[in-house]
Amino acid sequence: MDLPFGITLEHGGSRANKTGSWRTERPVYVHHLPPCNQACPAGEDVRSWLYDGESGGDGYERAWRAIMEVNPFPAVMGRICYHPCETGCNRGQLDEAVGINSVERFLGDEAIRAGWRMQVDRPSSGRRVVVVGAGPSGLSAAYHLVRLGHAVTLLDSAPRPGGMMRYGIPAYRLPREVLDAEIQRILDLGVDLRTDTTVTDLDQTLREDGYDAAFLAVGAPLGHRAHLPAGSAAKIVDAVTMLHGLEEGERPLLGRRVAVYGGGNTAMDAARTAKRLGAEDALVVYRRTRERMPAHESEVREAEEEGVRFTWLSTITQVQEGMLTLERMELDETGFPQPTGETEELPADAVVLALGQDTDLAFLGRAEGVEVEDGVVVVDDSQMTGRPGVFAGGDVAPGPRSATVAIGQGRRAATSIDAWLRGAIPERVVELPLADFAALNTWYYTDAPRSHRPVLEAARRASTFDEVVQGLNRDTALYEARRCMSCGNCISCDNCFGVCPDNAVIKVDDADAPYLIDLDFCKGCGLCAAECPAGAIAMVPEEI
Amino acid sequence: MRETKLYQIGTFAVGNRLLDPEDRSAQASPDRANSITSGHRACQGCGEALGARYVLDAAMRAADGDVVVTNSTGCLEVFSTPYPESSWQIPWVHSLFGNGPAVAAGMAAGLRASGRTSTRVVGQAGDGGTVDIGFGCLSGMFERNDDVLFVCYDNQGYMNTGVQRSAATPPAARTANTGVIGDEPGNAFGQGKFVPLIAMAHEIPYVATATVADLHDLEDKVTRAMGMHGARYLHVLVPCPLGWAAAPAETIRLARLAVESGLFPVFEAEHGEVTAVTSIRGKVPVDDYLRLQGRYAHLFGDPGRPDLVARLQALADRNVVRFGLLDSDDGTQNASLGS
Repeated sequence: MDLPFGITLEHGGSRANKTGSWRTERPVYVHHLPPCNQACPAGEDVRSWLYDGESGGDGYERAWRAIMEVNPFPAVMGRICYHPCETGCNRGQLDEAVGINSVERFLGDEAIRAGWRMQVDRPSSGRRVVVVGAGPSGLSAAYHLVRLGHAVTLLDSAPRPGGMMRYGIPAYRLPREVLDAEIQRILDLGVDLRTDTTVTDLDQTLREDGYDAAFLAVGAPLGHRAHLPAGSAAKIVDAVTMLHGLEEGERPLLGRRVAVYGGGNTAMDAARTAKRLGAEDALVVYRRTRERMPAHESEVREAEEEGVRFTWLSTITQVQEGMLTLERMELDETGFPQPTGETEELPADAVVLALGQDTDLAFLGRAEGVEVEDGVVVVDDSQMTGRPGVFAGGDVAPGPRSATVAIGQGRRAATSIDAWLRGAIPERVVELPLADFAALNTWYYTDAPRSHRPVLEAARRASTFDEVVQGLNRDTALYEARRCMSCGNCISCDNCFGVCPDNAVIKVDDADAPYLIDLDFCKGCGLCAAECPAGAIAMVPEEI
Repeated sequence: MRETKLYQIGTFAVGNRLLDPEDRSAQASPDRANSITSGHRACQGCGEALGARYVLDAAMRAADGDVVVTNSTGCLEVFSTPYPESSWQIPWVHSLFGNGPAVAAGMAAGLRASGRTSTRVVGQAGDGGTVDIGFGCLSGMFERNDDVLFVCYDNQGYMNTGVQRSAATPPAARTANTGVIGDEPGNAFGQGKFVPLIAMAHEIPYVATATVADLHDLEDKVTRAMGMHGARYLHVLVPCPLGWAAAPAETIRLARLAVESGLFPVFEAEHGEVTAVTSIRGKVPVDDYLRLQGRYAHLFGDPGRPDLVARLQALADRNVVRFGLLDSDDGTQNASLGS
């Protein structure tokens, strides 16, 4: 070698020294399950669509399409979902949970405004599926089935589709133009909707119309009856009937003082509706305490803000014209309310019962193999009933009752029906390990309190059915999406690439796996894993 | 309309896909200089290897790749150049332990004499080569205002030779020659020296401190220093897993806790005046920092030495007041030094 002046020794680069041999542990990029995803009853990949949404611009549509792969109701869910994702959100342990629900609503509203559409992905299968009930579960199943290439007939006994989303949830929580837009987008994919069509005999429908499979999503449309000793002039209505009638243009006469019996979300809807119909006093009577009330906290808070009053630990023992008799209750050591014998009288012009809802399964007739237990249809993990090809989901099936759960079950049923029609085994979802807060390095997330959705002035909303909770604008939605910590999944922040003292992280042009570990040189120090903001790198022992 | 900030990872992470490429750190670029490349023999999780690449890559970016660098004897020199290998991908000269600043000053003079004014000189050394052995040369370089950015990678001891005490070793720390014996185990209180303040006393154009825990702050300071001429001094805290008896994966966390506890003040000074202070984001007790390090283990045994921990806490609290490290309620800083 021709050496320069003054240089007497040849030299080589240090890359000849493969320091990877020092390593006892290697970094591995992981995908863990973010708690928001885990908590979502509809099965949304929340973290992924927030990641898309963080880019703004084109990212909004990508984010919306990611939601639509799973849930066809972003604008509806962004209003009425009780967002268990936010309860699960790890950011809640740092400052406040990410406002996932409000970002979803923003994306849903953007889609309606911009007219984004979905399309059918698969060629026609030639198979026909009947979906009974056009509520959240039935619409969700119909949407997914039609996108999987099947011909779907959607039957509903009501004049308009939507089920409890239309006939149970008041318009101040879910404006009808939003609901209509999202339902229409599903129907536009080619779903054959037949309203005012009541199935009275399932066997007959299946046999005569020659369907290959059926999904039963008839919900639980009956208000639960409770026997209350009542005078002949006492006015007692059930909440489900009242809310349904309201949607059909009725204005129930409830009087000045209305008592609502029950402590669930429907009780809140009924009390808030009574206020809007002109009641001076709306009183919720519930037999346990506030802490034990099943209604969602935000519903209770909004009801209180609108002037709804509450009486805890009370049952109604008698209803007379203009008068109620309440009995005080006490919780025993198991938390169950026990009567005390103390009573009081209370003026009330009407009592609205909101004590839960029951299914109406008469149409099953003697449908062979379909079992009913405790008033709901028994299904397996794939949502299939005991009868091959007949599936059920939503409120008619076991499980928590909410629109989000119903949508999730509708999707699961659609996937199962598709597999069943193809003679395949339904794909099992691989359970990823949970991305817990301890794995994050939260130093890298700047302090950022949540942007609350503006709430309509209480005075204004008490008299109208205008929407109460307003949406985010583009600015606040972007801010909110960017508060996501992307738990357990890479956000391409370059930290691993930067902090490696050995240049052993290689940056590559691949959105799904933007970094590779150079195992020739990685000494296994673990700095990349320790400094990964999202906890997306795990140190795995080498086999030595 | 309010500016939409990059809240997801703020400006603390190395990169951010949402930022324009020109606003990203030098380290985020696949085309970074990688001034010191793979295959060097630094320990796992070495803060100094990391700090050297952070500093030199930023200097290379600031000077369009026209940089020459000197390196006093020490860990950095030893682990990067065992014959016949070299990890350096930039022109690099090894000086003696004690004469690094003088060699750098000579190189700057030679470049000026030969008219190559675009080539910039960076001198670098560990804390031993800076605060102890090279200190006379360094003071001379400052006093002559030679056109050199001198960088001290402070890992608080002579780690290469077996973890002996330097004048930058903090009180109570155990080293090979400050054992856990006597009434005040570990290094003595009230000795040592903090060279950034001594550099400021020379009234040179630029003095700054930084750590490997805040890359953006570090790169900003290197870029700023490279934009100036004359004697400039950058003091970078680089935790040493070996000498501090800490887990290799904790290197950056330790640097962060040194700042957040107040033990290591991060600031900038020009011509002898403090001009900017990096505020503590969330103050932590010194315990959080000390407990991760075996060199302080004797403070936390049973019964431990809460009195010595309290003295270290007092040093941290003094820094907070002295440099104004906490934002006051009205958002202004309140430094008593240099004002």
